[in-house]
Amino acid sequence: MNIRNFQFPRRQLPRRQLRGAHVWTPVVLAFLLGIGNWQLGVARGQQPLPQQPSEVAVVISGDPGTPPRYAVPDFIAASPDAAEAAKTITQVLWDDLAFEREFYLIPRDTYSTIPPARSPDQVPFAAWRELGADAVFFGTVSRMGNDIRLEVRLFNIRTQQSVFSKEYTGTAANPRLYAHTISDEIHQQQRALRGVARTKLAFSSDRNRERMVGTAENRDVKEVYIADYDGANTRRITTNRQLNIFPVWSPDARAIAYTSYRRGYPDLFIALIYEGIQQEPTKGGTQNWLGMYSPDGTRIVFTSNRDGNPELYVINRDGSNLRRITNHPAIDTTPTWSPTGTQIAFTSDRAGTPQIYVIGADGLNLRRLTTNESWADRPTWSPAPFNEIAFAGRTGPGYDIKIYDLATGATRQLTFGEGSSESPAYSPNGRHVAFMSSRAGRYQIFTIGRDGNGIKQITRDGANFTPSWSN
Amino acid sequence: MQRVMRTAAVVLVLLSLTAGACAKKQPPLAQPAPPLGGSPTASTPPPPRTTTEALPVPPEPLAIAEDGISARSLEDLNRDSPFKPAYFPLDSAELDDDGRAVVTANAAVMRKYPTWMITVEGHCDERGTPEYNLALGERRAVAVRTYLVSLGIAADRVRVVSYGKEFPFDPGHNEKAWASNRRAHFVITSK
Repeated sequence: MNIRNFQFPRRQLPRRQLRGAHVWTPVVLAFLLGIGNWQLGVARGQQPLPQQPSEVAVVISGDPGTPPRYAVPDFIAASPDAAEAAKTITQVLWDDLAFEREFYLIPRDTYSTIPPARSPDQVPFAAWRELGADAVFFGTVSRMGNDIRLEVRLFNIRTQQSVFSKEYTGTAANPRLYAHTISDEIHQQQRALRGVARTKLAFSSDRNRERMVGTAENRDVKEVYIADYDGANTRRITTNRQLNIFPVWSPDARAIAYTSYRRGYPDLFIALIYEGIQQEPTKGGTQNWLGMYSPDGTRIVFTSNRDGNPELYVINRDGSNLRRITNHPAIDTTPTWSPTGTQIAFTSDRAGTPQIYVIGADGLNLRRLTTNESWADRPTWSPAPFNEIAFAGRTGPGYDIKIYDLATGATRQLTFGEGSSESPAYSPNGRHVAFMSSRAGRYQIFTIGRDGNGIKQITRDGANFTPSWSN
Repeated sequence: MQRVMRTAAVVLVLLSLTAGACAKKQPPLAQPAPPLGGSPTASTPPPPRTTTEALPVPPEPLAIAEDGISARSLEDLNRDSPFKPAYFPLDSAELDDDGRAVVTANAAVMRKYPTWMITVEGHCDERGTPEYNLALGERRAVAVRTYLVSLGIAADRVRVVSYGKEFPFDPGHNEKAWASNRRAHFVITSK
């Protein structure tokens, strides 16, 4: 073999993808609230650069009709103090790449006998080819004080060429973030797909087992938490020892609107989680709950009884310009915006049972969607390009997650009667749905593909409710 | 003649002496009688009388008659409340006959203790979703307040709050538990 063939062909790659030119460093922000997460909005805002020679050239394909087969051998630790980070990054990268089901991830124990490459020019392509792999990673992790430096390449085993080469440096506090970033960039480059590995889930939980003070009964409190999309890195957001429920991410993923009883009745609050600032858009005095950000983040639709009955209202994020949307003596609640922000789907029992309706954001053009459900509740509008609404439909003693196709009016079902499954929330790429289910005992957060495959339990501590998926 | 003058002088001297002796024995006429029994005109009041006899102790003031209920703390009152909860049918916020009877009895308690302020909590069973149940509980609480007001209770004595299905009174998963959780719960918030 000609060793030069295995060398990284720098000249063939677009200039801006060269090492050093495309390197970014996770921005270390001094977070309040003790949140040690990195907000990668800056880096994420960088769109993939145009591949000048040919986009096809870097895409690794599998055998016709099958997904490409990826191998993720252990990343090399340049020194013993980088070993743990290297191990974490390798495992999390495997999980992240498997999550979207765009690639077939070869089980790691099947290639434990293949000797690890010590440098990018020592990748044993013949051995990987025998295993049937189409793509193999090579990575090294080195430690520099409190930082780590990560070099990663993805090789096309057929051409023996590197199609992806990046170097990352940043804090060693959260090695998982490097894996999440690589996974998102690989999905973008190889499949033109927006991955969700750097997204987060918000939910409410009684896991701290605190009790409310000043009530005759023994009442659990619920606080708002966030976690990575895979359940790791859980952080507590609220600390007021009251009911804090229905958290919802702002579109920029820097704020969480939630319903809190800290005043003794439900009202809307906004936590700017990276600034440690709390805002009160509805400013108390009336009972307001279940806020949902408009897709552009400028407005919030919510339920309020301020006029004596649960109705929908829209308010600007800063609390100005209140508009009433619904006007009916029945219950109108659980609103969700269409991706364009021009329509609102919601639950109403105006026909006798809770059903899902759509109304214009101006309060006009009401129409009923669900007609074949005994109880249809908590709609969540999918992001584009999918044009569907997930909801909780009663299917016996409990609920299942169902999806209403707006184009055809057809309904399909994601879950099938294991416990009660409720409160669906789409991932930002629309390919997954987070929900809460009692199938494992107490309510826990799960994710599932929008095709009904790939269910995954996210939370296990305490009981956990009503997920929201960040952008 | 000389003899007569000398005799007269002696008589005068004797008389004056006699008169002087008599004047010493007589009380002075201008002296007022000594006051008797401490008259207000007395220039020097008599010393105060001291006594060793105990005065009768006045009785302790009696508490205003209470029935025992309003003397208890808010926490005790709410733990063993004079108010009864009103129950609702499934997915309904309308008071039935039993519910109206309960609220009527509770209104009587509120009239008996006119200073009490209450919060009506709307609760739901676990079968609705937590999102929907918050609205349903709200309507249950509002329905009770509306009925209380129709019975003459001032609306500003009654606050409402919905807890949806967050705080079930019976943690069971059966009809009995569900029925006892679909309720409007009265909480005394001040008295």
